[in-house]
Amino acid sequence: MTDPGPSPPPEQAAETGTLAARIALKQRAGGIVVPIFTVIFALVMSGIVVAATQHSVHTALLVYKEIFDGAGLNWIFHPTTSLLDINAYNLSQTLLQTSTLILTGLSVAFAFRCGMFNIGGQGQYFVGLIVANWLGVNFAGMNPFAHILLCIVAGTLAAAAYAGIAGVLKATVGAHEVISTIMLNWIAFWLASWLFGDGGPLQNSTQPTVPVSNQVSPGARLPDFWGVQGFQGVHIGLFIALAAVVVFWVLLNRTTVGYEVRAVGFNPDAAAYGGISVKKNFIRAMAISGAFAGLAGAIDMLGGTTNYQFGQLDVPFSQVGFIGIAVALLGRNTAVGTLFGALLFGGLLYGSFHGLGSSSVIDPQLAGNLTYIIQGLIVLFIGADVLILYVWNSRKKLRRPPAKPAKPAEATAA
Amino acid sequence: MSTWAARLENPLSASLRDARATGALGIFLGALAAFLAIPPIEARTVTWPILVGIVAAALGVWTVTRGRRRLGWGAVAAGVLGIGLGILATRSSTENLGTAFDATLVAQTFSFATPLVFGALGGMFSERSGVVNIGLEGMMLMGAFWGVYGADKGGSWAVGLLVAAGVGGLVALVYAFFAIHLRSDQIVGGTGVNFLAVGITGYFFVQLYHNNPIPNGVSLLPNIKIISGNNFFAQAIGDLNILTWASFALVIVAYVVLFKTPIGLRIRACGEHPRAADTVGINVYAVRYGCVVLSGVLAALGGIYLSEGPQGNGSFLFNMTNGRGFIALAAMIFGNWRPAGAFGAAILFGFSSALALKLQVYSGSAATLFQILPYVLTLIAVAGVIGRTVAPAADGKPYVRQ
Repeated sequence: MTDPGPSPPPEQAAETGTLAARIALKQRAGGIVVPIFTVIFALVMSGIVVAATQHSVHTALLVYKEIFDGAGLNWIFHPTTSLLDINAYNLSQTLLQTSTLILTGLSVAFAFRCGMFNIGGQGQYFVGLIVANWLGVNFAGMNPFAHILLCIVAGTLAAAAYAGIAGVLKATVGAHEVISTIMLNWIAFWLASWLFGDGGPLQNSTQPTVPVSNQVSPGARLPDFWGVQGFQGVHIGLFIALAAVVVFWVLLNRTTVGYEVRAVGFNPDAAAYGGISVKKNFIRAMAISGAFAGLAGAIDMLGGTTNYQFGQLDVPFSQVGFIGIAVALLGRNTAVGTLFGALLFGGLLYGSFHGLGSSSVIDPQLAGNLTYIIQGLIVLFIGADVLILYVWNSRKKLRRPPAKPAKPAEATAA
Repeated sequence: MSTWAARLENPLSASLRDARATGALGIFLGALAAFLAIPPIEARTVTWPILVGIVAAALGVWTVTRGRRRLGWGAVAAGVLGIGLGILATRSSTENLGTAFDATLVAQTFSFATPLVFGALGGMFSERSGVVNIGLEGMMLMGAFWGVYGADKGGSWAVGLLVAAGVGGLVALVYAFFAIHLRSDQIVGGTGVNFLAVGITGYFFVQLYHNNPIPNGVSLLPNIKIISGNNFFAQAIGDLNILTWASFALVIVAYVVLFKTPIGLRIRACGEHPRAADTVGINVYAVRYGCVVLSGVLAALGGIYLSEGPQGNGSFLFNMTNGRGFIALAAMIFGNWRPAGAFGAAILFGFSSALALKLQVYSGSAATLFQILPYVLTLIAVAGVIGRTVAPAADGKPYVRQ
């Protein structure tokens, strides 16, 4: 798989002989070292916060264990397929969370590969969710397969069009996509607040004073493949998300569209010189990026992650689009990396919010906020690979003093 | 173009020929069209708003043909909006009008605009020096929490202000280190700051207050009364918060510093062409550090207004800024990276928030939609439909010393 990181300086590229040299090269370019170091660093930092505020290192260690258990990862030690088992149930919920984050992560990653920062995943997620809810509530009695397909396709396309606005603005008048996607985010935010709020068009028709939407009609719900009656099961959205990972990889690495996207991402001027329409690719990449986020919103709505409905009060607490940024950055904007990033954040989110819900170790409310701290640290430090590579390289320098001086800044200069 | 000689010969026709004045007059008439239909004048026929609005739109079109597109289209929009609002107002009942449009609408506009002015001016300093600051939202949130914490524990709002400014500056210093020295992507770094601020404020709010509301009786930011009585002006601008007055002063100070002092020239040089600035001996890193820290201090002061001002009333809520940092960013862009422009945009956005609150007498759900206005306007502004906004040339580009 191609690394999205900057290409190494020529004198380093020359030494790519052995496998070890190539791995070293990748590490120097920040391949996998930076994400792993960042995660470890963020976890340690948040542990320090807990230890300092709770005046106990022991508590901090227990919190790690609680989050691990809360995410259902101790299921590995005593596996069972029954969801009545608490570990299996926790794991299933982590997987649900992960499938959404895979899609929002892919959304951010795709735009990144075209050299754009789609910060508007949250807004595009809302658009997908709104459209899926609207179509899912109406057209009851349709053939279930057709109904689900309609909701998903329409939600995805609507979000693609919504993100496409930012692409068109960038391509035609050069408006920076960060600014326009932030604005589109908040437009979608207030639109959702209005639609699902009291008196809004999509608000519950049977309870006019409750600011939530109607429930999606049973025919449009995604079937569970692992679950028991009465509990939230794992729906086939997980497979849709995994399929999206494959689509992302094939699209980016094995098609002309992907080649053009990557070419524009590496160097728009060179791509234009090579006959690739940069403007067309800005619009197309942004739309595809939005499609991934819209798909996430649609499967969340149809899969019952939000109990088949969405409320005005849920709007400010929905953060999956933003977490997608951390997921993509951690995954270095590759398909597989995003998958692992989503798994990490899925576990963290569910493990800290719900796994600690019954905990006596630490106030569960604290743990939820801990996830935001970890997320913030990861995003902050993943962008600062110069720092981490400097530490990495100076470690090697310490071991081999006579080696020629490393040039960390040069290897990663943007 | 009229020459100075022509202007001196016939001042009236010269000023009429000056498209800028015509455009401004158009915008004023557009506002007047809506204003005629609401208290205190409250014309109950649609004739006057429509007439005045049409004149405003015509002046706008004329201005556009003279090359001042941004101003001209603004006047056209003001005229059309004025007619629409005027018709709506004449259709609605007198009591509702009285509730929605009174002097407190003005006071609330300033109140909603205050945090935006601080945030927008902070962002302006940072971006004028060449560092994009997406982290305004997070810095504001830090100011909101640590400000009310300082006021609670320190026993005085002044302590709160100092704590907020200090924490805001500190967060900005960390961000500046990442953005300037480590040359990390500024958008990514700012996003990280925003996440981190949500986590830190949320964590310490639970930790320090055990998830209870902050106790009553926290020393609040005081109001300063300059006009007493029961007249329109006393209610509208007579009794504003200390930070609101400070925000007015800040706009003037920001303008003078940025455009009339050597320091301002250096800041702008670093934002436009850092290499050239470096060549003539300006320490680009130092200027950028100073500007980013200043932006954090100002954003945090905007944030403390949310928790310690008249609306917050000494309380803190999880993620209470709720996008205001981004509206401030929008105001800065809409105002074209200029102090007066950013201030005007912040007032406009504050007005739309105040109006959203007031219009709840008509329909609660539709009033929510008014919150969208700042974002739509900014989107239109960056799209260049009504004139282009131009960022500093080196905005967002890390500088490598050679």
